[in-house]
Amino acid sequence: MYGNDFSAPDDPPGGGLLGEVEAAEAALREAAARARRSGAAPGEDLDAYFADVIEADQKIEPRDWMPDDYRRTLIRQIAQHAHSEIIGMQPEGNWISRAPSLKRKAILLAKVQDEAGHGLYLYAAAETLGIDRDELVELLLSGRQKYSSIFNYPTLTWADVGAIGWLVDGAAIVNQVPLCRCSYGPYARAMIRVCKEESFHQRQGYEILHTLAHGTEGQKAMAQDAVDRWWYPSLAMFGPPDADSTHSAKSMAWKIKRFSNDELRQRFVDMCVGQAEVLGLTLPDPDLRWNDERQAYDYTQPDYDELMQVIKGNGPCNRQRMEHRRRAHTEGAWVREAAAAYAAKRAEKKEKVAA
Amino acid sequence: MTGTHFEFALGLGDDALIAAQRLGEWTSRAPEMEEDIALANIALDQLGAARLLLTYAGELEGAGRDEDALAYLRDDRQFRNCLLVELPNGDFAVTMAKLFFLSAYQLPLYAALAGCADERLAAIGAKARKESAYHLDHAALWVKRLGDGTEESHRRMQAAVDEVWPYVHELFAADPAAPVDPATLRADFDATVADVLDEATLTRPADGWAPGGGRAGVHTEHLSFLLAEMQVLHRAHPGARW
Repeated sequence: MYGNDFSAPDDPPGGGLLGEVEAAEAALREAAARARRSGAAPGEDLDAYFADVIEADQKIEPRDWMPDDYRRTLIRQIAQHAHSEIIGMQPEGNWISRAPSLKRKAILLAKVQDEAGHGLYLYAAAETLGIDRDELVELLLSGRQKYSSIFNYPTLTWADVGAIGWLVDGAAIVNQVPLCRCSYGPYARAMIRVCKEESFHQRQGYEILHTLAHGTEGQKAMAQDAVDRWWYPSLAMFGPPDADSTHSAKSMAWKIKRFSNDELRQRFVDMCVGQAEVLGLTLPDPDLRWNDERQAYDYTQPDYDELMQVIKGNGPCNRQRMEHRRRAHTEGAWVREAAAAYAAKRAEKKEKVAA
Repeated sequence: MTGTHFEFALGLGDDALIAAQRLGEWTSRAPEMEEDIALANIALDQLGAARLLLTYAGELEGAGRDEDALAYLRDDRQFRNCLLVELPNGDFAVTMAKLFFLSAYQLPLYAALAGCADERLAAIGAKARKESAYHLDHAALWVKRLGDGTEESHRRMQAAVDEVWPYVHELFAADPAAPVDPATLRADFDATVADVLDEATLTRPADGWAPGGGRAGVHTEHLSFLLAEMQVLHRAHPGARW
């Protein structure tokens, strides 16, 4: 009733990927249904037990023994993902007050709200590994844990909201769909839910661009400009090329990660080319062309030096995003303290009544 | 008759729209993550009600204006919202004081509307009253937490109540010809406020200064800035679809 009721444009994106999410969900249920040993037998070699579970494509659950390094890797990755959702509210939140129609305003508000929800859900998944949310938030605020570099780029026009939905959420889904099959159960389950909502967001972003690209000259120029600015940073979201990727080998062996950075980047490019044609927008890569031998598109790599600079804190908005997050946290301190004090008083009163 | 209904629907629609716009400003800035979600939720409810009310107002007017024409193409002198909703957010205590008073007014208003003779307004009232009940719960809980929390939160919450209180009187200006006469809602509002402030260890300010004028289109200086931001993109592309 409140308007998330756009009719689908021709060839909406995300269909195939959503199918993969559903397949992963089915696989998860099957794995759970297969008779599974619950925990290592007394005296059994724990490393061997863990390797067995991974080998059999079963899930590691919070109560299971796991190598310290596996736990640390997961905490780092899930926390970074949660931080990205929370910081990611800023660039799009930037357009809530100026959304050009009430329907678009409602959709955008709901989307940014979803991101906060994903953040909470992912922090909860990280907490199953024995760390608490406050610690993780502290690690973000002190800069010791990172968030996705893509959110250090500014949203300069309304079309950027569309481009973030189509390209950034699109890249995120390509990255995250394989995580629905991750070996750690709580993360895999979180990813299934997150991917479903993200694919909805991606469609909304695509729909914004579709409307702009078929609108006035000014709107079309705005859409093209946004795609020009977001294309390469989106390609960089898959991380450095495989040869330079530091965390990959281990994560692959543990089945946290299933495909390499370059494989996922290629999948994303191949997905976007056809969608860009339907939109009537041009991807800003003169060397983009179909390679019959590889059965994939050849494309220009993003500027990885720029990516490293942004990761180091020198992107256009790093300082602004962190300052915004820190300010909200600091300015809210008195409210959180009041809530804690009030809860303590209530608990005390209840105890007195009970006594 | 229709003129009155138009003005009435427009006033309530504008209340909800401007409240949504202010609440949306909190996104990514709330004191805790759960509250970020709650404020966005309430903003979405207000925006939803605004869209229904403005769409209906446009139909009653019969001049071909839809929700967006009414939201984006009127100037501040043509807006009919109460002053309370356009006041800046202030700190979290001021925002909660505003939301508490607004929802303590909107709940009996929508409940009464649900039983009125105009079917469209009755349907909107029936839907919105459930949402208002949640908004009131949420705001009342925060007024109590802040009022009876720490010394600092008590001081801030009392200051917020004192600051916002004068703006509530405008909400209940008598309008006997309207589908629901706002003056009839005052007793209900006063009872809610008394209970919550009492539990929150807060003092209800004395009545005195009672600014008004919103329903006649005479606003505070704040509204024009709010509209400038809200309308800037829509107005920069006349006639465009979004």
